[in-house]
Amino acid sequence: MASLKDLRNRIASVKATQKITKAMQMVAAAKLRRAQEAAEAARPYSQRMDKVLANISAAMDGQEGAPPLMVGTGKDDVHLLIVATAERGLCGGFNSSIARKARDFARELLAKNKKVKILCIGKKGRDSLRMEFGELIFDLIDIREIKQMAFSDADKIGRKVLGLFNDGEFDVATLFYSEFESIISQVPQAQQIIPPKIEAGEDAGADASYDYEPNEAEILEDLLPRNVSVQIFRALLENGASEQGARMSAMDNATRNAGDMIDKLSISYNRQRQAQITNELIEIISGAEAL
Amino acid sequence: MAESFKFELVSPEKLLLSVEAEMVTIPGTEGDMGILVDHAAVMTTLRPGIVEVKLADGSEQSFFVAGGFADATPSSLTVLAEFSIPKDELTQEIFDERKKLAQEAHDLITDDAEKKANAYTYLEQLSHLEQTGLTL
Repeated sequence: MASLKDLRNRIASVKATQKITKAMQMVAAAKLRRAQEAAEAARPYSQRMDKVLANISAAMDGQEGAPPLMVGTGKDDVHLLIVATAERGLCGGFNSSIARKARDFARELLAKNKKVKILCIGKKGRDSLRMEFGELIFDLIDIREIKQMAFSDADKIGRKVLGLFNDGEFDVATLFYSEFESIISQVPQAQQIIPPKIEAGEDAGADASYDYEPNEAEILEDLLPRNVSVQIFRALLENGASEQGARMSAMDNATRNAGDMIDKLSISYNRQRQAQITNELIEIISGAEAL
Repeated sequence: MAESFKFELVSPEKLLLSVEAEMVTIPGTEGDMGILVDHAAVMTTLRPGIVEVKLADGSEQSFFVAGGFADATPSSLTVLAEFSIPKDELTQEIFDERKKLAQEAHDLITDDAEKKANAYTYLEQLSHLEQTGLTL
């Protein structure tokens, strides 16, 4: 049994921890709102982009000379996995669930004798994938310095990926991130971005009369690289909101657990103190009786 | 009153404008275009320039766009701008920042002559715009 002094120290340290988790929860809550707004503000652009892509791909359908960014290289031997996670931990299962999704995917590919390359955005993803796929991770993009994700940041990553694609470094790129559904639910996603999975638009049939200026091919050439950056941008924003949401609920739980622990420790502290007092009383009384 | 159509201006960061417009002038790569209601379906790339919007209520607004796309249908026009802010808020610093980014992108291309030329054209367009259409 721990002594009274030990218990007192335990209680003090749990209280200090609780203060920290409480503060982190509040910081996350404040950041979450901003991140969520940013993620929501970015949605219209990517939705319109999808629509435009669907239209134009419907128009290009069956035509010769579609760019490889659209239809792929025709192979799927080398896969690039872009794993976007957070730079910091203490956010529940957020990082590990993205990493797990990527790991399962990579294992599946390796089992089929495909080549896998991994690009990590955020160091937590690298940390958890390093054990198994250490030599496959060829680069890490640091996003620690970025306070508010701007499109130009995502564009830089996009250009890098495109550069690799143009050099023939990979055939298929898949982006791993976590979609923000609500504060308590973030869903890890695997989205293929090169070549893009285009859902045929419902109104695609009506677009046969579309005019293209300068022409389809040139628009596509401009549009497709931008789409890659847009998808990465969207994923990073979703990730930002998810991370804060996950951290908020993780820290909420931690604060509550610390509270429970303080209650339990206080009870046993009080019991022991009472037992000690009773003991002292018995000693005094029996001493008085003996006289 | 003239008929109006739905006009949307979106940048990756946010939806800047979603209004009923009477006429919108956009800086297409192959020349400026004035879009009215019932315009034939057209899709064009944009060069850096000014988008002028005449709203259904008669008021006017201008935006600076740094390239992008426009997608016009008889009933709507969507401009997907890479970067866009209201013209009133455009300052020399912001413009210089765009130029710096364009210069960096241009310098990064080393292997593809055609792309290099495109990036160069883009730079030229920016500085042309600075000299002519822009009062900062």
